[in-house]
Amino acid sequence: MSNSVTNTWTIAKRELSGYFASPVAYVFIVIFLTLIGFFTFSGNLGGFFERDEASLAAFFTWHPWIYLFLVPAVGMRLWSEERRQGTLELLFTMPITPGQAIFGKFLASWIFLILALVLTFPIIFTVNYLGNPDMGVIFCGYLGSALLAGGYLAISCMTSAITRNQVISFILSVVICLFLILAGFQPVTDMLIQWAPGWLVNIVSSLSVMTHFFSFQRGVLDSRDLIFFLSLIGFSLFTTGVILRSLRTN
Amino acid sequence: MIKVENLKKAFGPKLAVNGISFTVERGEVLGFLGPNGAGKSTTMRMITGFIPPTEGRITVGGNDITTNPIEAKRLIGYLPENAPAYSDMTVRSFLNFSAQVRGLSGSERKRAIDRVIELCFLENVIHQSVDTLSKGYRHRTCFAQSIIHDPDILILDEPTDGLDPNQKHEVRSIIKRMGEKKAIIFSTHILEEVEAVCSRAIIVDRGQIVADGTPDDLKKKSPNFGSVILRVRGVEASAAKERVGQLGSVENVLILEDGDLVTLKATPKTASSDRELAASVADTVNQAGWRIEELRTEEGKLDEVFRNITKPDTASEVAA
Repeated sequence: MSNSVTNTWTIAKRELSGYFASPVAYVFIVIFLTLIGFFTFSGNLGGFFERDEASLAAFFTWHPWIYLFLVPAVGMRLWSEERRQGTLELLFTMPITPGQAIFGKFLASWIFLILALVLTFPIIFTVNYLGNPDMGVIFCGYLGSALLAGGYLAISCMTSAITRNQVISFILSVVICLFLILAGFQPVTDMLIQWAPGWLVNIVSSLSVMTHFFSFQRGVLDSRDLIFFLSLIGFSLFTTGVILRSLRTN
Repeated sequence: MIKVENLKKAFGPKLAVNGISFTVERGEVLGFLGPNGAGKSTTMRMITGFIPPTEGRITVGGNDITTNPIEAKRLIGYLPENAPAYSDMTVRSFLNFSAQVRGLSGSERKRAIDRVIELCFLENVIHQSVDTLSKGYRHRTCFAQSIIHDPDILILDEPTDGLDPNQKHEVRSIIKRMGEKKAIIFSTHILEEVEAVCSRAIIVDRGQIVADGTPDDLKKKSPNFGSVILRVRGVEASAAKERVGQLGSVENVLILEDGDLVTLKATPKTASSDRELAASVADTVNQAGWRIEELRTEEGKLDEVFRNITKPDTASEVAA
């Protein structure tokens, strides 16, 4: 057991140091913080000040959309790069299980995304300075955002295993993540209701990250939402394993 | 140490490896030869556990690679074809990572890294990132990775590919030295390498073993093995041919060169390395009073053997 933790962490450490060895990490963090600041404070978009309330609703609303492009940008190289460089062969002939390798690499990127998210902390000070927000709700919001990033990332992990071409990997994961957003997006649900039976609409919208993400934003820590994101991650990483195994077999 | 039984691998309808069996013991250096696409790399990838076999069984140090992969992989050091390495890492951090994955820690890890840096002559590049390395250095970095945990078993896929002659020589002598205590399999296209390093060689063609033996054994399969080359002066070529051809142990005689200097090749009825034929040819020459310029027995050449038993099959290559 402790051995598998060590192995997973060894893989994760290597991956993480890879981010910071190149400018990728810094470019990503700067773009992420700039975008999120712009969307939050812009009067037409987030309207942080115009809302006149001590909450981070204006901040979190945009996360699913910003992540839609930025998370696949982080995840697209995870496995396609290993395949392109041929290091996949090195990795899978080392005394570690494929599960440890897959989870280790995922974990490294997730830690990186969470780090970028944590760097938005000045907004917590801002909202505390301006008013008296519910810190529980804010914590819940951050947790939901981290899980959302993890969900997208696991999907990118899966699409990057499919191809050694990073561009294809990026586009595929954007499309899948977009589907997961739109499935619960109000205009889409409204349109579906007109012709689809109610149960189908419910199934489709329950697949959406939006419904689950927004219940975190309301400060509701529901185990169903937690399970949704964790199983999205689990399923995507499992599929990654299946894809990598079939690559080696054929 | 390594036991391969009836190994098969199918890629779709094509059998890349078709029933290969062999064993390698400690102290053996096995050269793995064969034309491109013969199934060498595929076999090595199966032994190292990278790709699962379609059929057959591989045990490494008593561990089945399919049912007990982690234990088996622990014993193996592997240099894949093209020597992959993480291009965004420095040589030192790459070796550090490899040592960590192999479970080395603390001062033990530091010693292991220093040892391979010295052994593979990497001192000059340890702080350089892998993507700035020349091909030779990258190759040696990946080789260093494969021996960092001092494994009992080494699997090397074309370890001298892309190296300059000095580096080739260096890597060969490392392999030869390590071969005394380890079980080593390495593949190569360079036949002189096999003679220099291997205690045994296997030639693979179209997924099957077509020859297995010591380099000397293999050379005996050469069509020229045991024939005697004679260069003499002071005689007509046809006369010399007739005279030598009268010897009881000679099958036939060929004139390779005519003129002032006559060169003959005498093929024996039964090839052997005891040089008896050369002795009787020498007697004949002495009796006849010709002047010998050169007299030698052919030991056979590996590349002749290689060409003879791995005939190119253009039809199947086109299909592949």
